[in-house]
Amino acid sequence: MPILSLDPRVNRLQVEQVPEHQPPVLVPGDHWPSYQVFHQRRRGEKHSSVGIVHAPSLEMAMAMAKEQFGRRGETSNLWVVCTADVLEMDYADEEVFRTTPSKSYRDPAGYKVNEKIDAYKAKQTP
Amino acid sequence: MTNQPLPTAPLARYLLHLADDQLVMGHRNSEWTGLGPILEEDIAFSSIAQDQVGHALAFYEYLNQECGLADPDQTAFNRPESLMVSSWLVEQPIGDYAFSLVRHWCYDQAVYLRYESLSQIQDPALQALATKLRGEVKYHTFHANTWMKSLLQGSEESRLRMLTALKEVWPMALGLFESWSGEKALMEQVGHAGQPWYPGERHLQQHWQAGALESLVLWSVDVEALGLHKVEPVLGGRQGYHSEHLASMLEEMTAVFRLDPQAEW
Repeated sequence: MPILSLDPRVNRLQVEQVPEHQPPVLVPGDHWPSYQVFHQRRRGEKHSSVGIVHAPSLEMAMAMAKEQFGRRGETSNLWVVCTADVLEMDYADEEVFRTTPSKSYRDPAGYKVNEKIDAYKAKQTP
Repeated sequence: MTNQPLPTAPLARYLLHLADDQLVMGHRNSEWTGLGPILEEDIAFSSIAQDQVGHALAFYEYLNQECGLADPDQTAFNRPESLMVSSWLVEQPIGDYAFSLVRHWCYDQAVYLRYESLSQIQDPALQALATKLRGEVKYHTFHANTWMKSLLQGSEESRLRMLTALKEVWPMALGLFESWSGEKALMEQVGHAGQPWYPGERHLQQHWQAGALESLVLWSVDVEALGLHKVEPVLGGRQGYHSEHLASMLEEMTAVFRLDPQAEW
């Protein structure tokens, strides 16, 4: 087995090499594939999904995305990703989220301490 | 019509070349609005056209405030054809999309070089303007390059149509670099770094041509077989001599303005 990485976990998992992105092959009459556009307002902020463009290639998708989503308002960077490359959860499986019971104890907001703090403050005030 | 003579100061004259080119190019490109090949491209190309008209306005404003030309609306919409100093390339009808794309590619690369040089000028206002506008033109060239590459490397038909357009556009693209009377004086003007900022039309043309040919070769275009190296430039625009297409374009462009030339917009 070829050594893929110096990280033994990568070799153990036998991860297949991800092939380089190739735009889908089109036949006449097909639509161009869609690309997801992610917009970053300022350097250091996260890129957020803002919409899609249709284009024959990644490069052209970027040329289109700049005009559709980078023209107005502040922009420092854009990403485009072929929609076919996005792994999406099936809506039929939405229940996996539904079955999660309230776990507010995992959240700072779940701790009701204000009453205790108020009582403490009252005790401190002469 | 204002028969205000063309400015004689070299800088004003040069800026008028830039402004007129941008106005006419922007107007022509805007003729694609609503007719673009796909929605996204329609928006992109229209936006580029809008940028170009905006650049023309910025230069007309400078010419009005600093060089004593009439106000931007009068300068843009109230001049006879013989006082327009735009090049032949920009006034040609839009043709098919291949023609408009190849023209866009040739034109915006030339504009980029001009803005790059103008951003070296001494005048801080013009320097800042050129630097800001250059950013927009950088996108124009990215857009144009992307299309050129795709269509030259696309199907047999797309390649053939692009090559046909290249042959048609090239002589007029060379005409963008027509020499003009104030050229030598402007070449002696010192920029903010103590060096001349304007290299002259010959130099700009060589620089432009080298870059354009390099890209074409990269996209496997046989430029010699296409005969691009032995083409004569189409000249005259900078002196107010135009093809038959400018007059009809101006008539359409100024139709609303002429209803009431003194109206406040």
